[in-house]
Amino acid sequence: TIGTTLKPVSAGLKQGQITPTELCQKCLSMIKKTKFLNAYITVTEEEALKQAEESEKRYAKGQPLGDLDGIPVAIKDNFSTSAIETTCGSNMLKGYVPPYNATVVQKLFDQGALLMGKTNLDEFAMGSGSTDGVFGPVKNPWSYSKQYREKRKQKPHGENEDSDWLITGGSSGGSAAAVSAFTCFAALGSDTGGSTRNPAAQCGLVGVKPSYGLVSRHGLIPLVNSMDVPGILTRCVDDAAVVLGVLAGHDPKDSTTIQDPVKPFLLPSLTDVSKLCIGIPKEYLVPELSSEVQSLWTKAADLFESRGAKVIEVSLPHTSYSIVCYHVLCTSEVASNMARFDGLEYGHRCDIDVSTEAMYAATRREGFNDVVRGRILSGNFFLLKENYETYFIKAQKVRRLIANDFVNVFNSGVDVLLTPTTLSEAVPYLEFIKEDNRTRSAQDDIFTQAVNMAGLPAISVPMALSNQGLPIGLQFIGRAFCDQQLLTVAKWFEKQVQFPVIQLQGLMDDCSAIFENEKLASVSLKH
Amino acid sequence: MWARTVRLGLRARLGGCRGFTFKVDPQEAEQAPSVTHASGLAPQGTGQVTAELIEHLERLALVDFGGREAVARLEKAIAFADRLRGVDTDGVEPMESVLEDRCLYLRSDNVTEGNCAEELLQNSHRVVEEYFVAPPGMCYPEWLNKVTRELGN
Repeated sequence: TIGTTLKPVSAGLKQGQITPTELCQKCLSMIKKTKFLNAYITVTEEEALKQAEESEKRYAKGQPLGDLDGIPVAIKDNFSTSAIETTCGSNMLKGYVPPYNATVVQKLFDQGALLMGKTNLDEFAMGSGSTDGVFGPVKNPWSYSKQYREKRKQKPHGENEDSDWLITGGSSGGSAAAVSAFTCFAALGSDTGGSTRNPAAQCGLVGVKPSYGLVSRHGLIPLVNSMDVPGILTRCVDDAAVVLGVLAGHDPKDSTTIQDPVKPFLLPSLTDVSKLCIGIPKEYLVPELSSEVQSLWTKAADLFESRGAKVIEVSLPHTSYSIVCYHVLCTSEVASNMARFDGLEYGHRCDIDVSTEAMYAATRREGFNDVVRGRILSGNFFLLKENYETYFIKAQKVRRLIANDFVNVFNSGVDVLLTPTTLSEAVPYLEFIKEDNRTRSAQDDIFTQAVNMAGLPAISVPMALSNQGLPIGLQFIGRAFCDQQLLTVAKWFEKQVQFPVIQLQGLMDDCSAIFENEKLASVSLKH
Repeated sequence: MWARTVRLGLRARLGGCRGFTFKVDPQEAEQAPSVTHASGLAPQGTGQVTAELIEHLERLALVDFGGREAVARLEKAIAFADRLRGVDTDGVEPMESVLEDRCLYLRSDNVTEGNCAEELLQNSHRVVEEYFVAPPGMCYPEWLNKVTRELGN
């Protein structure tokens, strides 16, 4: 038996209880069993096994590269991977094979991680459901969990009665489903407005958005250059810290990465929270917040207070303008970033050859979905000469006010903010699609996107199951470049709440694969 | 202390779950998102989006609207963005980057990589030798047509 988090698995690899190839095979087998989730766009079986072979040689010599050597990982399909198709979930890049690895991808490979595949997403990471990519929507593994099915009085077997499946959240839903369904130990997502934290919360995972400037964006196909960051999805906070430790640091290829030396990410086990000051932003208590999430949020704050932490209400006065500001800045930067897709040097190209403009227009009509095109058009509107001052510059000013709100709060002695991550637990796909993408994004990003505007680090930690048996996560927001402190607090919280492991018995041949707590975590993935 | 304030908020809040999900008639245009406690008005077309503007945007974006739905979507996006007018930004400088207090990194001007023309050309659908092939630019024929039409009126 092997563990489901890095520590036991790493130990197992070092002690020879399991080989990288065996581990790789188990994950590949899991990918096949969970194919219906549609988490992966490309499965890189050959590459993974090759990498596993190399890893095995290193372990045999007693010279593993580090904690990630031989560890299966998955990568969202908006990160460039050399010689491996990278689509961004769009027709525009179907068949596109990058000639280089994104820096974060290279860093994972340099540490010996095994690439299981490229994961599904909303087209060009625009969306909050992972429902709007050309490869179809991603299904939340929790739809098939014993915990959820029992509450709905249905049998926990595979995919019968499948019309009511739940979304993963987005846009990094494929990565979230991949980790949640045990097909890998960690996955990369991206986070521009909450795209890593949102699916993490809905899939019962830890989702980290590092400080802007801490992790290289080189090779991450850009959405909003001033807000994008690579995100990390794992099953526990310690694992996220290991990955962040590998990824963080200055990259000469990304001039927006800071040059400060990066502190190591070993997380202390906090026992005393009495010196901590937790801030609760009052503007985040919105009418749309589900009563269950609200009650868990209250419970979490009470927990900190009962252990001696100082818990105070704080104010982020410009919160209600945050979504609007984000909408203007995001569409504007998107309009600019999507201009590179013209069919000439890479990506889709239409058949029309009459004129350049006609070719560009048809290529882009065929290549982009409605969501992307809508944002490009909106962005171009805001960037028109006559609108630039009123909309774009205005939004940039409001951005400063929003960022200052956070600065003021942290300057007043608050160490970490505690907020919900999402308005509710995961919803059924059929309900989600009743509203359009932009409406949904505006609703679902409400707690997460201000963080991107301020460039702060944030993490979603799963707390408890809802009455329906679905995960609910809470968000911690830290000071800029205090990612280690943030993760330390999150780790303490994780230990207190003991979030249950997902029971996907319908997918395992061995029905006795009941998970206990993380320490004893051993899963039998027998064929 | 804080808990009391939040719990008061709890009691004041109307019952029910996410107040957002309202049934949408598939024939109807999309609803606008409500922002926190702002009354969720469906914005009216302000008449800002003229046929001229549509043509202009399509030309700049090289993306066509493709129909009335997209125009309605833009109108709503504009109405949504108009809420920014409610913020007082007197004396506030625009923020371009959260890292504005730091110096941008510039590396030394030495060639460290490149010479990969062949590799890069492989990703294009239409190349001739070391050239990406583009169709002819618009300019002459369309301009001539436009001018001819205008002179004829």
